[in-house]
Amino acid sequence: MPTIIAAAAVLVTALLPFAAPWLQFVLTLAIAKGFAALGVAVLRAGLISIGHAMFFAASAYAVASLARAGVNDLGLLLILSVLGGALVGAIAGSFLVRYRAIFFAMLNLAVSMVFYALCAKLYGVTGGTDGMPVPVPAVFGIVLGEPAFKSLLFYLGLGLMVLVGLAVQRYLNSPLGHALSAVHTNEIRLEYLGIPVWAVLLIAYVVSAALAGLGGAIAGFAIGRVVPDFAFWTASGHLVLIAVLGGIGGVPGAFIGALFLELLHSAAVTVTDSWSLIVGMSLIIVIMFMPQGIYGLFVRKEATSL
Amino acid sequence: MSNAIIPLLLDSLDSAALIFFAAVGLTLVFSVLRVLNVAHGSLYSIGGYVAASICLFIASRQLNPYLSFPALLFSAVCVAAIFGPLIERSLVRWTYGKSEAVQILITFGLFLILEDLQRVIFGVQSFYEDAPMRLLGTTSIGGVVYLNYQILLIGMALLVVIGLRLLINHTRLGRLITAVVTDREMAQSIGIDTNRIFILAFSFGVFLAALGGALATPTSGIAPGLGADTMVLAFAVAAIGGLGQIEGAALASLIVGLARVLAIYLAPSLDAVAPYAAMLVVLLIRPYGLFGSLTARRI
Repeated sequence: MPTIIAAAAVLVTALLPFAAPWLQFVLTLAIAKGFAALGVAVLRAGLISIGHAMFFAASAYAVASLARAGVNDLGLLLILSVLGGALVGAIAGSFLVRYRAIFFAMLNLAVSMVFYALCAKLYGVTGGTDGMPVPVPAVFGIVLGEPAFKSLLFYLGLGLMVLVGLAVQRYLNSPLGHALSAVHTNEIRLEYLGIPVWAVLLIAYVVSAALAGLGGAIAGFAIGRVVPDFAFWTASGHLVLIAVLGGIGGVPGAFIGALFLELLHSAAVTVTDSWSLIVGMSLIIVIMFMPQGIYGLFVRKEATSL
Repeated sequence: MSNAIIPLLLDSLDSAALIFFAAVGLTLVFSVLRVLNVAHGSLYSIGGYVAASICLFIASRQLNPYLSFPALLFSAVCVAAIFGPLIERSLVRWTYGKSEAVQILITFGLFLILEDLQRVIFGVQSFYEDAPMRLLGTTSIGGVVYLNYQILLIGMALLVVIGLRLLINHTRLGRLITAVVTDREMAQSIGIDTNRIFILAFSFGVFLAALGGALATPTSGIAPGLGADTMVLAFAVAAIGGLGQIEGAALASLIVGLARVLAIYLAPSLDAVAPYAAMLVVLLIRPYGLFGSLTARRI
């Protein structure tokens, strides 16, 4: 039954741009942020990262720099930039996964703010606060016009959402994924069982960085420009917010949260400028009254609360 | 040589004093309530907006310009009296005993709300009112001209460090706070009204943030986005010093101030990186901060 609902939801999302073309950009962005929020949610070991926007931005910057260096193929750019995100994740993760709880959150914040400040200040490399343009790449050697490319990007994102979502679900249900939740429950017992907590966490961290990187690359293509604000701490806060709104625990939660937030954004800006106000209030209400997020409304058992 | 050192030292002290007000409030609230208030930076900028508005009002009515000094203090008291109890009672109290993730997210929600409220009330243009700074004039130290206001700021920061320490060690309220910090349940069971202590401590934290914002306005003005920038700086300072450590926050402000000024002197493009790089280095070596430790009593 849940499979049918999920399939129907993906189908409806795929058809929406036909009804309202302006929705295509909103939905592409929602999918991109959904990937990044999924990255945050994957770290289920009670670790909350206020710094994942760094991987989001790192990968988007990787796309822009590679494009400037002459790489001009969508597939190649996507793969390389996700690998870039994962590489940054492996480097940062190798020392960050030693920390827990609030110290983990603080260190992630510190690393991401160093990254943000560097992006904003190294004018020669990153273009400073002006950012870098992301050109429209060729797809398998075929040069597309911008509207055609944006449509392609949306359907590619949607397809990746399903494939990557299934893969992440498999990962979370594998022994490795269960070991990850067990870190939160009882880390010492896990060590006694002979499972290296450090390795379990590092793998999860790299996976989560790669997911955030995938989101960043898609967002870079969709927006056509990367700016340092991609990595600012409020952007990281928004990613955590999306993960919590949707419901930490299940894979669909992250995408539901992102979709909800982006649609709320589009609806709110037509009425008022103060959309942060609305988002802040919905966040507080969701945490107080629906600790399992929006996804928790559909699936009572699977979703875990914070 | 000394010609180069004196300006460097004074600049660092000045930069440290401004960050210190925001950081010490954050650290005080964390030590008593054990909640990391992500909305702290917004309260700093609200303090700045209120102070700037009152000072502009004084200027527009041609009142005695020296009124703007008490006005700075008054605006901080107002912000604390209104927002302190309101936020503590409605939102923060709900998060006691919950996981850090919940506390961070609830206060992040509050941060988003407060940032937009400021935009609605005060608009998006920047405020600039430098009457208090102009009134005090300048002093020349070692051939370099300094604003007396900067020196006043450094004095105020010192006053807050000493005052807080005296308050905590030598007054009845301070002892009650120490008791709550050391063992909340035991304090409650011997009849200390912990709820009252929480409201007081939180409001005092808000007061310090708002005071920092109010004192900063005459030198640097105030614009949207200041809250977010201050928040993460204050957080870096509090984390370097060790969350919950007052003297730690003071020392950490000095480190961050010095790091910033050195960066400005040596590699101007890296001034924004310096505080976070310092935070990263300190936290990697001592995740509990310079003064903090897992078991030591906080405050």
